[in-house]
Amino acid sequence: MTDQVRLYEQLTEIFNDVFLREDMKLTPELSARDVEGWDSFKQIEIMVSVEERFGIKLNTREIDGLRNVGDLADVVTRKAR
Amino acid sequence: MEQLRWLPQVEDWRARLRALSTAADPWPRAVALAKARLDFTHTSALDETLRRALDGAVPDGTATTPVRLAILGSATLAHLHAGIRVAGLRRDIHVATYENAYGQYLQELLDGGSALHRFRPNAVLFAFDAYHLTQGLHAALPEAEGEAMLADTLARIRRCWTLAQAAFGCPVMQQAALDVFAPLLGSNEHRLPGSRGRFVARLNERLREAADATGVDLVAVDDAARRDGMANWHDPALWHRSRQEVSPALSPTYGELVARVIAARRGRSAKCLVLDLDNTLWGGAIGDDGLDGIVLGQGSPLGEGFLAVQDYARDLARRGVILAVSSKNDAACALKPFERHPDMVLRRADIASFRANWDDKAANLRAIAHDLNIGLDAMVFLDDNPFERNLVREQLPMVAVPEVPDDDPARVPGVLADAGYFESLGITADDLKRGAQYQDNRARDGLRAAATDMEGYLRALDMRLVWNRFDSLGQARVVQLINKTNQFNLTTRRHQDADVAAVAADPQAFGLQLRLLDRFGDNGMIAVVIGRLTAPDTVTIDTWLMSCRVLGRGVERTTLNVVAAQARALGAARLVGEYLPTGRNGMVREHYDRLGFAPLTDGPSGARTAVLDLTAFTPQTTLIHLSEGFAP
Repeated sequence: MTDQVRLYEQLTEIFNDVFLREDMKLTPELSARDVEGWDSFKQIEIMVSVEERFGIKLNTREIDGLRNVGDLADVVTRKAR
Repeated sequence: MEQLRWLPQVEDWRARLRALSTAADPWPRAVALAKARLDFTHTSALDETLRRALDGAVPDGTATTPVRLAILGSATLAHLHAGIRVAGLRRDIHVATYENAYGQYLQELLDGGSALHRFRPNAVLFAFDAYHLTQGLHAALPEAEGEAMLADTLARIRRCWTLAQAAFGCPVMQQAALDVFAPLLGSNEHRLPGSRGRFVARLNERLREAADATGVDLVAVDDAARRDGMANWHDPALWHRSRQEVSPALSPTYGELVARVIAARRGRSAKCLVLDLDNTLWGGAIGDDGLDGIVLGQGSPLGEGFLAVQDYARDLARRGVILAVSSKNDAACALKPFERHPDMVLRRADIASFRANWDDKAANLRAIAHDLNIGLDAMVFLDDNPFERNLVREQLPMVAVPEVPDDDPARVPGVLADAGYFESLGITADDLKRGAQYQDNRARDGLRAAATDMEGYLRALDMRLVWNRFDSLGQARVVQLINKTNQFNLTTRRHQDADVAAVAADPQAFGLQLRLLDRFGDNGMIAVVIGRLTAPDTVTIDTWLMSCRVLGRGVERTTLNVVAAQARALGAARLVGEYLPTGRNGMVREHYDRLGFAPLTDGPSGARTAVLDLTAFTPQTTLIHLSEGFAP
């Protein structure tokens, strides 16, 4: 299993927890527009969960720069090294 | 930051959450799930899943009437509701929450037709963010203006309390202000009149006085943040992003602090701390290691850790928490440290209900609850053994059972405090008297009951003491016992193989090896006695030793019956016993006195001798059946 596959599994788990679903399919292109209920409040929940699970802190610029799941995966990959 | 560290890790989280979502009885399942160490995301997920499963229904038969909590504040608080509701859930309390429209707390309080009034809260929490409270303050502000601002801020908050109390007639809580600000001077920040940090510190002090005067309860997030670190509590980036003063990640902790005060106000705090003994109050096992072998007291880091546990427990008792003991131990053995260990902080009189036996812990906790006439849900059970903790969690889910991080006694006081089991809104005269009350009760009926219990217990043990003269078969074990027994050892003479063989062959002497059996099995060889004719009418006991595992069962008296018969068989009219102190055998200093010997000599070094008149001695009845020859 590559690190990317593992990372997407972990992110999928977080998204399923945050959106209370079991069937989310995370792709790099997936963004807030595609998911019902992904508002600014959920966005913060996702960020906090990611920070807790990966033991990292995301700064304001990084969060503002996120357009989709792919961007999030990139930031986590960079910071969680 | 590891939150809720006193709760066990959740297992099968996803499966249990799924089961909850379709269950006919979602509430008790959710209560059970809430008693796990949930992070922010899991807390939100549990809260939302339960909300959907209940579908607007309020469950019946919860611990208190449902709570309708209005959270009134100046910034975003929506991220804290789930934490509060789940912390209520953890206590079997249903909490519905309401939050004022952003910034509109005063308007809603004043407007009788507002959504707040329609919500009909039966509890109110004021949670003002520090930015709001310090508005207008700046570094160049003259002292007098700072003072005026402080008085004004306090007056505005008090007005809110008065309005809420008048409108809803319910308990009011005030969250302390958080010092989220970067200091301007540094260590001596208090010397800058316009410092926001200084303002917050002074406001919190005044808030406490005002709260005491008006019956408002404080939610001390300032103390919590000091312990946890402000960086964990407050993230300035999140403040700028979403006006969340308390970090969402901390929602489980925030919820705990609030729910505790709500529960305490409704009389739902725990009342009794039940303590295990071995490796909880001291290091090692009293039954195996003996009074001198357990680790307790100054001089070792571990011993001091256990001392700290006892100190904390005693202070809890002094402020009204009832202490009890549940230990898998021989009762007499378990009592020994309380009665004789010089470093013990807790004494027998501090323990309102003392259960040391071989029954399972769930049965003992029920018995303690019955003894003390309190509910099982008012009990906290502290035990180092994960097996016992899980057994109690499974059989008595209403009993609170804290985890002990790293299995280190040094962490126990902090964990008990963090868990907030004994949250109390003040101290009453009754609280301070409680310890004494239980002691009186115990003195009246407890001792008799305990004695009866003990006798019944010993009788039920169906004990058999099987004795034999020294023989080659038992010699190795006899020599081993002679050389390793330190505590119950009257003379500590370290005889070797040749000495033991010599006793066996000596017609003027007897060597006895004794074995104890009971319904739980064979305890093996537990005592050795050597007697020798030292004058034509006198047998002197050269050696008498016993394993501490069988203390408190009457083995000594039964053994004396054998020893007296053996001495008489040698023609003796007098039986003389010696005690030679070693520093480790203080527990048997009065051994012969207890058996009815008369003191003979008292040496300057503490050595003593005592004599028993064999012509007047009649064998005593004990609860132990005696027989000669080895058991099958």
